[in-house]
Amino acid sequence: MNRQKTFLPIETFIINLGEVALIFIRTLRASFSRPWEGRYFLQQLEEVGVRSLPVVSLTAAFSGLVFALQMYVGFNRYIGPGTEAYSGPALGLGLCKEIIPILVGLMVAGRAGSAMAAEIGTMKITEQIDALMSLGADPIRFLVVPRTLAAFITLPCLTLYGDLIGMFFGYFFNVILMGVNKTIYINQTLMFMELWDVLSGVIKSAVFGIIIAIVGCWQGLKAEGGAEGVGRATTRTVVISSIVILIVNFFMSKAMPASLSGR
Amino acid sequence: MIKIIDLHKSFGEKQVLSGVNLEVKKGETMVIIGQSGSGKSVLLKLIIGILKPDRGKIYVDGTETTGLKEEERLRLNRKFGMVFQGAALFDSMTVAENVAFGLERHLRLSSKEIREIVRASLEMVGLRGVEKLMPHQLSGGMKKRVGLARAIAYRPEIMLYDEPSTGIDPIRADAINEMINKFKQEMGMTSIVITHDMASAYKVADRIAMLYGGRIIEVGTPEEIRQSLNPIVQQFIRGEAHGPIDNW
Repeated sequence: MNRQKTFLPIETFIINLGEVALIFIRTLRASFSRPWEGRYFLQQLEEVGVRSLPVVSLTAAFSGLVFALQMYVGFNRYIGPGTEAYSGPALGLGLCKEIIPILVGLMVAGRAGSAMAAEIGTMKITEQIDALMSLGADPIRFLVVPRTLAAFITLPCLTLYGDLIGMFFGYFFNVILMGVNKTIYINQTLMFMELWDVLSGVIKSAVFGIIIAIVGCWQGLKAEGGAEGVGRATTRTVVISSIVILIVNFFMSKAMPASLSGR
Repeated sequence: MIKIIDLHKSFGEKQVLSGVNLEVKKGETMVIIGQSGSGKSVLLKLIIGILKPDRGKIYVDGTETTGLKEEERLRLNRKFGMVFQGAALFDSMTVAENVAFGLERHLRLSSKEIREIVRASLEMVGLRGVEKLMPHQLSGGMKKRVGLARAIAYRPEIMLYDEPSTGIDPIRADAINEMINKFKQEMGMTSIVITHDMASAYKVADRIAMLYGGRIIEVGTPEEIRQSLNPIVQQFIRGEAHGPIDNW
């Protein structure tokens, strides 16, 4: 009995992993075969991408501001007064490689991932998913594929957009508010930042997009027990995708080269 | 048309169906009665392939369906139309989009033809001018009728009704019963109706089967069921609290 209890969390973890893997494989297979649900894919592009723009704008702007503030303080304190204009590349590196992709991932997980779990979960408990199947539609193809593709495409776009906003507000803080030398700041940033710094963040965010959609749809599809069950699925989606994003981010950052130019 | 042999289904520890055997003939309306939670809806979902049985076989027109691959099963669903207990309309779609959903998947039609069939299907269930409404703008009875229109739009050969008269007033419930009979007469549909409303059962049934303890314990015409000597059947059709059924 005790032995059974000891192994229960491991068993549950393996079962959950199996469920996620199965949904992922079926989604992958359905993504490359007809019929495609184009109309629902476009709806999801709007839902995941366009509607996340305000929250991404705010998050990126304030991240840029606060990161620039700490960079300014750091350069001033440890390297010396007057060196703050050289903080541009460090700011860009931190924002584009780590902070913006992670924050975009977390924000979209909270906004769109939870919405996916809530919508699909409600469809599950009101028998709408059974109705889909009875009408000859595959729930994976109809619900999961459009959401996963939309998140896979929009997360990198949102990250690029967030990079621009974050970098602009970093510049705004340093150059406009703190009066650092504009020419040095821009030259240093352009000289030491690489395209790879931006690309690596964009690649990671595409993976985060898949994680958010698969977790949201998985939790929605396994929701049961009425409104309470939908609430649980929503909360779990945010918690699981946030944790997985943070873990995957570390391993991807570790696995990807720091630079492609050999610097 | 449909033959069910030794069907078993459990959810975790709970055994819901434990050896269901049933045959439904072409053009027949079979009503399945039984207590709430006795597994009637589960049986319908097994027939249409939404759920997979633990054991047993289901034949539809001679084809064994429990072992079909996902794509084959979705194709087979062209034969079926299902009306759900709570209508199960897609909340994010208009009434017209709901009714057109099965048509778009099962038949290759132009959008003009689809519009025309949607209108005709809604008219068949007594609804006009509701195409652009969203499900939340409809009453319970209207939702049921839209669910019915959605299921009949692509003219399936077999209709499955999950408690079609539950949750609506007796007059509307009777109107639904008349529609079930009308579809049978006009389109020759084979129907399986799940209900615990005996008035509905007697009105639409060619035969009635009672599900109890995970098995079909009695099958017969409405008259045979009325005359049944089985005390469980008698207690159920009379709606008595006291008798052999004491697990309520």
